[in-house]
Amino acid sequence: MAGALVRVIQRTKTNLGIVAPLANGINNVPVRYQQTQAPPTKSKFGPLADSDRVFTNLYGRHDWRLKGALARGDWYMTKEILLKGTDWIVNELKTSGLRGRGGAGFPTGMKWSFMNKPSDGRPKYLVVNADEGEPGTCKDREIMRHDPHKLVEGCLIAGRAMGAQAAYIYIRGEFYNEASNLQVAIAEAYQAGLIGKNACGSGYDFDVYVHRGAGAYICGEETALIESIEGKQGKPRLKPPFPADVGLFGCPTTVNNVETIAVAPTICRRGGKWFASFGRPRNSGTKLFNISGHVNTPCTVEEEMSIPLKELIERHAGGVCGGWDNLLAIIPGGSSTPLIPKDVCETVLMDFDGLVAAQTSLGTAAIIVMDKSTDIVKAIARLIMFYKHESCGQCTPCREGVSWMNKIMYRFVDGNASPKEIDMLWEISKQIEGHTICALGDGAAWPVQGLIRHFRPELERRMQAWACVHGPSKAERLY
Amino acid sequence: MLRQPLTRALALSSPTRVAPVVPAARRFAEQVSVQPEKVEVFIDDKPVYVLPGTTVLQAAAQVGVEIPRFCYHERLAVAGNCRMCLVEVEKSPKPVAACAMPVMKGMRVKTNSDLTRKAREGVMEFLLVNHPLDCPICDQGGECDLQDQSMAFGSDRSRFTDIHFSGKRAVEDKDVGPLIKTIMTRCIHCTRCIRFASEVAGVDDFGTTGRGTDMQVGTYVEKMFLSELSGNIIDLCPVGALTSKPYSFAARPWETRRIDSVDVLDPLGSNIVVATRTNEVLRILPRTNEEINEEWLSDKSRFACDGLKRQRLVTPMLKDSRGNLTPVEWEDAIVAAARALRDCPPDKILAVAGDLADAEALIALKDFVNRLGSENTYTEQYFPTGGSGTDLRSSYLLNTKIANVEDADFVLLIGTNVRFEAPLLNARIRKAFIHNETDVALIGPKVDLTYEYTYVGDSASLVKDLAAGTSSNEVLKRLESAKRPVVILGADQLKTEEGAALLAYTQELALRLQDNLQDKEWKVLNVLQRTASQVAALDIGYKQGVGEALAAGPRVVYLLGADGGVVTREALPKDTVVIYQGHHGDAGASIADVVLPGAAYTEKRATYVNAEGRAQQTLPAVTPPGLARDDWKIIRALSEVSGAGLPYDNLDEIRERLSQVSPALVAYGDVQANNYFAQARALAKSLQKPVSGKLDVQLKQLEDYFMTDAISRASPTMAKCVQAVLKQKTSPY
Repeated sequence: MAGALVRVIQRTKTNLGIVAPLANGINNVPVRYQQTQAPPTKSKFGPLADSDRVFTNLYGRHDWRLKGALARGDWYMTKEILLKGTDWIVNELKTSGLRGRGGAGFPTGMKWSFMNKPSDGRPKYLVVNADEGEPGTCKDREIMRHDPHKLVEGCLIAGRAMGAQAAYIYIRGEFYNEASNLQVAIAEAYQAGLIGKNACGSGYDFDVYVHRGAGAYICGEETALIESIEGKQGKPRLKPPFPADVGLFGCPTTVNNVETIAVAPTICRRGGKWFASFGRPRNSGTKLFNISGHVNTPCTVEEEMSIPLKELIERHAGGVCGGWDNLLAIIPGGSSTPLIPKDVCETVLMDFDGLVAAQTSLGTAAIIVMDKSTDIVKAIARLIMFYKHESCGQCTPCREGVSWMNKIMYRFVDGNASPKEIDMLWEISKQIEGHTICALGDGAAWPVQGLIRHFRPELERRMQAWACVHGPSKAERLY
Repeated sequence: MLRQPLTRALALSSPTRVAPVVPAARRFAEQVSVQPEKVEVFIDDKPVYVLPGTTVLQAAAQVGVEIPRFCYHERLAVAGNCRMCLVEVEKSPKPVAACAMPVMKGMRVKTNSDLTRKAREGVMEFLLVNHPLDCPICDQGGECDLQDQSMAFGSDRSRFTDIHFSGKRAVEDKDVGPLIKTIMTRCIHCTRCIRFASEVAGVDDFGTTGRGTDMQVGTYVEKMFLSELSGNIIDLCPVGALTSKPYSFAARPWETRRIDSVDVLDPLGSNIVVATRTNEVLRILPRTNEEINEEWLSDKSRFACDGLKRQRLVTPMLKDSRGNLTPVEWEDAIVAAARALRDCPPDKILAVAGDLADAEALIALKDFVNRLGSENTYTEQYFPTGGSGTDLRSSYLLNTKIANVEDADFVLLIGTNVRFEAPLLNARIRKAFIHNETDVALIGPKVDLTYEYTYVGDSASLVKDLAAGTSSNEVLKRLESAKRPVVILGADQLKTEEGAALLAYTQELALRLQDNLQDKEWKVLNVLQRTASQVAALDIGYKQGVGEALAAGPRVVYLLGADGGVVTREALPKDTVVIYQGHHGDAGASIADVVLPGAAYTEKRATYVNAEGRAQQTLPAVTPPGLARDDWKIIRALSEVSGAGLPYDNLDEIRERLSQVSPALVAYGDVQANNYFAQARALAKSLQKPVSGKLDVQLKQLEDYFMTDAISRASPTMAKCVQAVLKQKTSPY
């Protein structure tokens, strides 16, 4: 799901990011002064210094429970942050330039500020999207099992920022251990008076609930997730009205990714400027990258945004199996983003703008590396089969289009197709993209588009090979 | 109280999502004190001013631009899932779903741009990818939205190469009962049927199972669609996935002749279209009338039409010496009937009209009997004679009117199961219950009305206490604080011994409430009749209490379609001559000595007055079978032979006569507001006697609903429905 919305909000980019340095001067008294001034023209990104890591227990080497979390600085001066109030928190988030980490990359500060419209008496809710289902993505689970208190504290601060009454954490059903750790962390926080009535002694009441999903990818879409919490079939709602208007149980709701929420307390403690000092403008911050596939040491690592893809892989994942030259293509942001071939991978920077320029997207920053042993067509076909299986079936283009694409893709794997069908498949993917209720259709269309964009000769070669052995494909009959 | 899925409730109550259907009849609709200012939008550069919250699709309709759609239906919640209505909106990167997108000021919609057309063509292609190409054997052919729109918006050639490989999806058919045939392979998943079932019919049995391309619409477990409104999903289905089982493979829409008519199988007089071919009624469809049936039709009205071909009386008959009815010529039958009538002392003549009698026949029979010197014209249905009796129209009509029930804020039902006595009135109450937060209370036996109601009890004395204002029941407070209360008394109660008192108390209660209302136009008192003929009969002056007249030992009984079983051979003296005029060989014909075959409602131009007092006319769709004739003409001929010739020779003249009796009888389509409530209330005072009985209704369960009159009793489809419902009831689901 995640990677999907990026393209849609391209226009808003001009007015997001660091627009608030002047707003910043008013009340920016960092709790702990660790701010490093960003050089005006930063040209080198990464590696991230250990002191700048937000997630200091990513690998579970330390205690994940409250005691360990306190030792790592979680829940430090949370009360003071809460008491600074809504505007301060939202401003700090705006200063930080944090963009949603779930894939669409919507500016978090702006999203939270939508919730601060005059109340009409309805309660407000924060919903945390922990339904991490995008193939290749495994960052939220690391947070939830090794650093759950970051998330719980983030819920409280985010909840305060939007005046929410409660947070619902919708966790993927398969994440049993993560849900269990998270539940323990919540219980600890309740017992310590950190959340619940008069959370942290701030006078603010806030509850956190965990809701376990049943294993549908579509429930990672925010409105489908809301439906699912309400106990209905996880099918995305029409927008408008947006969740900020009519969301969970009909009340104003904001849905945020786990990582987005979990970094918020650190941003508030260390200051938005500190966070904004990483990465390029409009792409600031640190980010969890998941590197999987044909690399020597697959890993999840926190790095600075805008780090070059090649450096990221070489430094943290031990390089591509068989050396960089053995690289075929990389899917840079989770399965829904279009792949990029090796030559693009050489130079591309891992951030929102850099990947959009490469006709793909950052998505959830789940990097899937494929070396030359990969059957690239089959790999993409398998992804489409996943989307076909996970399409909710509600709206026509996705229901019919994705299963049709799936049929065609599997014929492409064998080459039992007409070369003219490559353009047809491209058109079909365009017919799905942007015509559906939610972004799943887009997410299914993009891998196909990436494949056709960069591997058309491979497709044609297979068709020729098939025709040599079996004669012309039956698909030729229609042409 | 949460009456619908919350988002839906919000979506529908917020002006941004609901279709502002404002029928003319809705005089009582809440007037927004300040009309929000209209915003200007441009549809294909044509400016149009609409209220904020109107959808793009509705705005386009206002300038005559029709946007194709499958899932959108103005009477159902917006689903937005077919994506056929995608249109380009300037400054929006993606096409938007017109059915769900509220207009914004200055919005420029392009309904015919390249982007729009491409989007439509794409969606159409996707819909056709898995839709079978079985149009030649599909019953929807010729009236199929998919067919029509693919001609208009689809591509002219296919590129579905996979037809050579894996082919199309196939889906197992579902069995949802004897009325609806399902061919689920054709389903395009618009979910109209699901929304209808849960919103209008109130039976949450339909839904989707499975995901993606495996998604199926159906009942979750194999189950009959247990609703009295089930047939409407056939009309709603934009493709041939849901078709009519009785009508399957019968005809193509372009072969049939369609005649606008009026239904007579329930007291509401729903507007219908009768489709005929070669002098045979093939099917009946609803015709939109916002004031009565909107665009729905109940199952009995829709599917009982095959009863019109069975058990018909096609020739005049006389009882022969062995007691068997034998076919004779009209002349012989008329002469025999006339002789019997002429030889009979006038006070020993008794005429009884049945459920389906039209106003023309009723007036002809009454005039004829009067000319013979008798006043004994009765209806089978009972109505109390005390107080103002039937002198004041307000005492026996649905004064609130069907459409206005939607605006009520509290509905009290007394001794009526509206769901089966008048299904579409019940659908209105349900609509009010869901969308307007109307509350409902019921006095009478506990029945399933498809919505929640406050159950008051089934004792008649409850009505008395409410009327006297002495009830401690919470309902009294609710009624008194309601701004637009509605009290509906079922006609079933009137035939009991305490009927007169119940009516009097109901009048007292309703009129006491009405006096205290701010809205002086609002009418509270309603009596829901059970049959289509009753109101006209009461208007014309038919008397009540056929029981006493029977006890007086009539020598000649003239039954005008009286098949209700009120008149039996046992109740009559041995030598009484029974003349039966009607169209079905039912209870009446079986005891008759002379049978005069009449015409059914699809075969004559006749006036019926519905429960609101609205006169409407049927039109002849087919000719009466065999030697059967128009009812009033039979009586006219008989009067001539009897020497008491009636003074009208054609339809205009007999309608002239009707208008002399009451102008309301020929004010077609109109319904007059009733007054004289206070007088009726005053006259009813004397009838307020103690009551102690329990209220009961005749139609309690769905299986009771299907066969209630001569036509539906003759209908094999209705018989199948009863069997299917009974069978379903033995199922664990």
